[in-house]
Amino acid sequence: MTQFLEVDNLTMRFGGLTAVDGLSFKVNHGEIHGLIGPNGAGKTTTFNMISGFYTPTEGQVRLRGENISGLKMYEVARRGVVRTFQHSTLFAELSVMDNVLVGTHMPFRPNIFAAIVGWDKDDRHGAEARAREALEFFGLDHLRNDLAGDLSHGHQRALGMAVAYASHPDVMLLDEPFTGMNPEETRQMMGLMRKLREDGITILLVEHDMQAIMGLCDTITCMSFGKFLAEGNAEEIRHHPAVIEAYLGGARHVA
Amino acid sequence: MRNLIILLAAVAAFLALPHGLSFSQQEVLVFLTINILLVSSYRLLTLTGEWSLGHVVIMGVGAYASALFSKKLGVYVPVSILLGGGTAALLAVLLSFPLFRMKGFYFLIGSFAAGEIIRLLWKRFRDPFGGAKGIKGIDPMPDFSIGIYDFDFFEPISYYYMSGAVVAFCLWILWRIEKSPVGLTFHAVHWQDKLAEASGVNLRAYRTLAFAIASGFAGIGGALLAHYIGTINPNSFDVEVMVFVLTWAIVGGTATFYGPILGCIVLTVLNEIILREMGFEQMRPLIYGAIMILSILFMPKGLESIVQRIFSRRAPDGVVKQEAAE
Repeated sequence: MTQFLEVDNLTMRFGGLTAVDGLSFKVNHGEIHGLIGPNGAGKTTTFNMISGFYTPTEGQVRLRGENISGLKMYEVARRGVVRTFQHSTLFAELSVMDNVLVGTHMPFRPNIFAAIVGWDKDDRHGAEARAREALEFFGLDHLRNDLAGDLSHGHQRALGMAVAYASHPDVMLLDEPFTGMNPEETRQMMGLMRKLREDGITILLVEHDMQAIMGLCDTITCMSFGKFLAEGNAEEIRHHPAVIEAYLGGARHVA
Repeated sequence: MRNLIILLAAVAAFLALPHGLSFSQQEVLVFLTINILLVSSYRLLTLTGEWSLGHVVIMGVGAYASALFSKKLGVYVPVSILLGGGTAALLAVLLSFPLFRMKGFYFLIGSFAAGEIIRLLWKRFRDPFGGAKGIKGIDPMPDFSIGIYDFDFFEPISYYYMSGAVVAFCLWILWRIEKSPVGLTFHAVHWQDKLAEASGVNLRAYRTLAFAIASGFAGIGGALLAHYIGTINPNSFDVEVMVFVLTWAIVGGTATFYGPILGCIVLTVLNEIILREMGFEQMRPLIYGAIMILSILFMPKGLESIVQRIFSRRAPDGVVKQEAAE
């Protein structure tokens, strides 16, 4: 059986530095999969290779059996793998609604000639409806006329996910979604991710916040110095000796 | 209803305007309509965040193409004007391959270099471009009558009405594009190209699209100019003209659709009425430079920001740019 999303022997070299070295793991459909590791382990590099931001030096990323490594980011996105960014990467100068409308670019592809003549009314209404749906899903509907740059940090993170969600993704790649959030915001964000999973969206996330990762992920892949270290559910990873050693150099606690 | 009245008033003003002016001022009015199209098309390119220094040369491509189509191939002039725009857009698509490997400042320099190459090609090849002397005796627009008004294109008023109508139609198209999802995507490409790409936007395609549309309309503007003055040469499209376009756009501001148009009108009026009447014509580059510096220092968001302040009861457009300082 072909795997849903499969990372196979992925390698990335920057000059003499091997940031990711022969990494392989599989993501099952409909699960929340966490990718963890100490600082500099190559998590974000892996992420950038899956999303098409980097072209891997070696190895493949396969989606439903199709090799998607080396494709441009928008081509990967059009196959249903949509990413978010670290920090609050948004169209800060545009309204919240316009941000999400950009997210509907794939399901409602703009057509310039229809737009000039005015034959794209259905598409515009469809895009608007989808954008409203995404905003309501993330509880941002009441802010839709505000500028994205004026939102609070938590709302900006949620908006970043709403932009990705608006495009009907199959897989969402979330790059450190809990960074800079207080415990309350983290809890809300975890609830939203579970809701996304119920929606049938597969989530792959890179994260430092162990509390969130352990409470949320169905499967966790741990890497260290660019190499695969361990894989399993939260309980297995928590007690895996190699993981504990990688994080704390032999001490007992992970979190 | 209110919009209809405004529209009717605008049309009436457009029709009445040249009758109170002298012959040379009527001629300036023709250039003004063409320059408005030029600077508005330039704004469409700036929506994607790229500033070009080759826009005036691209306009010249439209002028040369239309002149050659009508002169050498005997194409009917209104058709050749459209073909001129098409040629400019096509050339922009070709230029996009080398140019859009660059962004920002590098694109600015690259577009300048590309423009100079085109201009020097016109100078170098006497056949068909006429070398440094350019093309003379370009066919004028054929006269025609629409029943209530006879267009006689040796009269600037007639040409003003015709080019004004063409420019108004082009502006309408540009407006529709900007207010469409395509326009939103241009903004997205400008503000966060990585996030736009992650949303499935083909950045190269959209940058090229904006460049081609802007160039196409600039080409139409150039063709209108060529068939009016009847003679074009490489120096009509040199970088000095480009500096004027930049000045109009920066003084007017590029955050709104009307900003560059406002800049173009105000500076043309200033130029023609004040400078020429007072005999300061020779100092035009100096005064333009001073105006540009002063407007960047004291009015970084352009004339449009003053208009917005006057109508500040209305909510802002959502898009607040600060590009003037660039």
